[in-house]
Amino acid sequence: MTALDRKLLRDLWGMRGQAIAILFVVLAGVATYVSMRSVFAALQRSLDQYYQEYRFADGFASVRRAPGQVRARLAAVPGIARLETRVTAPVTLEVRGFDEPVSGLLVSVPEGAQPDLNRLALRAGRLVQAGREAEVVLNETFAEAHGLGPGDQLTATVNGRRRVLTVVGVALNPEHLLQIQPGSLFPDPERYGVIWMGRSTLEAAYDMTGAFNDVAFTLAPGASLAEVLQRVDLILAPYGGQGAIGRRDQPSHFAITEEFRSLEGTSTMLPAIFLAVAAFLLNIVVSRLIALQREQIGVLKAFGYGNLSIGAHYAKLVLVIALSGAALGTALGLWLGGLLGEMYLTYYRLPTLDYAIDVPIVVTAILLTAGASLLGVLQAVRRAVRLSPAIAMRAAPPPTYRATALERLGLQRLFDQPTRMIMRNLERQWARALLTVVGIASSCAILVMGLFFSDSFDFILHAQYGVAQREDLAVTFIEPTSTAALYELASLPGVQHVEPFRAVPVRLRYQHRRYDTAVQGLPEDAYLHRIIDRELLPITVPAEGLVLTERLAQVLAVGVGDELTVEVREGSRRTRPITVTALTSQFVGMAAYMELTALNRLAGSGQAVSGAYLMGDLRAERALTRALQQRPRVASIISQDRAIAAVMESIERSMLAFTYILSLFAAVIAFGVIYNSARIALSERDRELASLRVLGFTRGEIAYILLGEMAVLTLLAIPLGMALGALAAAGLVASLQTDMYQFPLVLARGTFGLAASIVLGAGLVSALIVRRRLDRLDLVGVLKTRE
Amino acid sequence: MTGVAAEIVFRARGVTKVYEMGEVRVHALRGIDLELYAGELVVLLGASGSGKSTLLNILGGLDTATAGEVLYHDQDLTRADDDALTRYRRHYVGFVFQFYNLIPSLTARENVAIVTEIARAPLTPEEALGLVGLGQRLDHFPAQLSGGEQQRVAIARAIAKRPAVLLCDEPTGALDSETGVVVLEALERVNRELGTTTAIITHNVAQSEMAGRIVHLRDGLITHIEQNAQRKSAHELSW
Repeated sequence: MTALDRKLLRDLWGMRGQAIAILFVVLAGVATYVSMRSVFAALQRSLDQYYQEYRFADGFASVRRAPGQVRARLAAVPGIARLETRVTAPVTLEVRGFDEPVSGLLVSVPEGAQPDLNRLALRAGRLVQAGREAEVVLNETFAEAHGLGPGDQLTATVNGRRRVLTVVGVALNPEHLLQIQPGSLFPDPERYGVIWMGRSTLEAAYDMTGAFNDVAFTLAPGASLAEVLQRVDLILAPYGGQGAIGRRDQPSHFAITEEFRSLEGTSTMLPAIFLAVAAFLLNIVVSRLIALQREQIGVLKAFGYGNLSIGAHYAKLVLVIALSGAALGTALGLWLGGLLGEMYLTYYRLPTLDYAIDVPIVVTAILLTAGASLLGVLQAVRRAVRLSPAIAMRAAPPPTYRATALERLGLQRLFDQPTRMIMRNLERQWARALLTVVGIASSCAILVMGLFFSDSFDFILHAQYGVAQREDLAVTFIEPTSTAALYELASLPGVQHVEPFRAVPVRLRYQHRRYDTAVQGLPEDAYLHRIIDRELLPITVPAEGLVLTERLAQVLAVGVGDELTVEVREGSRRTRPITVTALTSQFVGMAAYMELTALNRLAGSGQAVSGAYLMGDLRAERALTRALQQRPRVASIISQDRAIAAVMESIERSMLAFTYILSLFAAVIAFGVIYNSARIALSERDRELASLRVLGFTRGEIAYILLGEMAVLTLLAIPLGMALGALAAAGLVASLQTDMYQFPLVLARGTFGLAASIVLGAGLVSALIVRRRLDRLDLVGVLKTRE
Repeated sequence: MTGVAAEIVFRARGVTKVYEMGEVRVHALRGIDLELYAGELVVLLGASGSGKSTLLNILGGLDTATAGEVLYHDQDLTRADDDALTRYRRHYVGFVFQFYNLIPSLTARENVAIVTEIARAPLTPEEALGLVGLGQRLDHFPAQLSGGEQQRVAIARAIAKRPAVLLCDEPTGALDSETGVVVLEALERVNRELGTTTAIITHNVAQSEMAGRIVHLRDGLITHIEQNAQRKSAHELSW
């Protein structure tokens, strides 16, 4: 080992406190980056594999009832590779020991065999067998939520008749990754599940013998989806086709794509900021460390060491720290990523997670870290070697201080000498002070950015459930029904208020853009289910025209006053021009609304309702649920309160873990900056401070000079960090806007408070450590060495 | 020891140096003409601020002159670029500073090794330290050595490469006279045994008595150059 390398090791040991602080900053940055990026990559990979292995279809179509012969015509459509017809039906369920409303979707599967498309990934038991009528396979999340397994039973109201079903298997399916009940915001496995049943049983139960009401198909290579969809629509239209859709619009795939998109946003933006901050800090700290060694650099040059070998020496010093941090960060990141992956897996229900070390991700993290540290070295070494060795070895000329602006204004009497020292030092080294402030501020900003999520989420829940949707239960009928059904609902036990709604599937067109959705018809004076504006104030549904959510208006590029073409996709199948008369704020999903009567006029269906929102006496809820479950025309019952509680619980769990880790890392960064700045300030000014001690200053007084400066910088950094955090949060929000979620930028005071407290706490810890060092300042030793 | 016949190592002509120190311009040298001869021991004598350190730094390639010409044999140091100066220092020059400038994180042996590792045909660190009487303190860190010992490590470090010239800037400036004598003895021994051209800066008239020639400086100018007829050996000195 050369003497220079030995110097390196001893220098590292000598600055171990600082080195560890830097190492942790790098570790935090790299760990965040590696964990989030690898989890995202693993999820995407696993999803693709799953889709391929279990033959997830490329297109889907629903129809009221098509005779079996139609299948051959569909299969002959050019561009369709494989095609499978099915029977599906909504169902209400009763699970023993669970008193709340449970809904489900029955999907037919061939008896004794896997379906050709959208195959089942069996997790327990077996598939349904031929000749056994009441056998079903349950979706895993639903089965788990109720503790059901092969051999258990549950009761279903199938086409108006109660039947006992026997569970024979538990499975996952690519078509129903996220089982979100239509009309609900989030999956709620306790109250909604997909159930697979033998085809012939289901056909018999729903008068579908020899017919089907659902189609899935895959495309041949090179086929045009749009053309295929058009032909399928043409064939199915006479049988009540509701419009074929591509995979993109399939609800489960759509939801998961949107979730992945926001996950990708978070997993790119957040760690990138983290890593950038870490790199930035590394750069500052490194360049200061080297600046401190100016005299040693002078000596080495005097002996004939070239600039290159001096640069290489410091590069090594820094790389040892940075790369150890990167290596540990990668290891921690991979481990955290594994945990995070498990967490996502319980939510997304992929059969397996293909989690592996993603080499490009790791290499990127290491290159970024090494690059940032080398840049710091380069700047500092360049500055150091630019001086001729004679000057480098001499102590730097006494820095030129001057009275600060405040003092020149005649206010100097307000400040004692130590305070003047703080102020003059800050003014003279303003560029460096600025860098420190920015460094501390960025850790504060990371905190704000990490914490604001839950604010945003609380806001969405409040807006959606506190202001817009105030019903206790939403009841959907199997098909549009006369308003008389409302009186029937009103007479049920405990019901205090009934409000009808209508949902009509439509295709909205504007110029070349189009969007398939359902227009919701609401009464003009809606009381339970309302639409709201940006200030969260309810708006009256205009008697004429269409109300769009802001996001949908943006997607279609329309505004109030523009005229859309609306194609009704049921019953009359009319096409009408309709003017957009208002926009509404909605944070989850995209939708269109019309006044109930106007919508019925458009659909040409008389005074029909698709369902109703109920408000009632909670004490009677159990009886009400039972009564509703026994009504044959009721397709689904959604209980709002329970849905919210379930959502809150699952979100909170993952949010908490995330926030906790993020706060920890940001605190580490804040500590790293403040501690290093104070340590460097101490080593630059130990002579000055020791001289003051010799002159009779107390330890507290000299601590005030050094730590007072750090305190000023930290206090300046916090408001800046809050502003930067708000900006970053705005950026994050922009990158997270998907068709599914529109996160509002909501920053609560508590978030700022918490972020500030964490930064202050980190500052306090560094101050205590530096204070301990100050207390042990070697007065004689410091003064004995040369100026 | 001296004589016109001896080979000229350095030739300086009209050397001036102006420093910009913060907001002040300091004229450190105002036109110096000087020759140094092979194997001689010369003392540059002058009060602080007379320009002697600046002159030494320029001779050693640590700094460049603002104007004038400095030749080391045939090499023009005033026109040398940074790389050339680095090579020059690496192969031909040994420095001893007033404040030792040891690397605090390296032991005595390693402080010497840092130079021998990049030199052509150096002494071993042990030999060099033996020459200054520190053969027993090889593995001590600077903080564990007295001032005189630290300075002798610095001398060992400077001579380990067998430099053509040894330039010493107030080598005893931070030492008491007893320790100072030990350090000067070490320099004298190196000059004698290795034949290294040695230039020592001091403001101490007593020390100049060990030199063959004494160059007097004041305010950036050479006032006169004195041939020392009654040369003393270092152990006879006291101040």
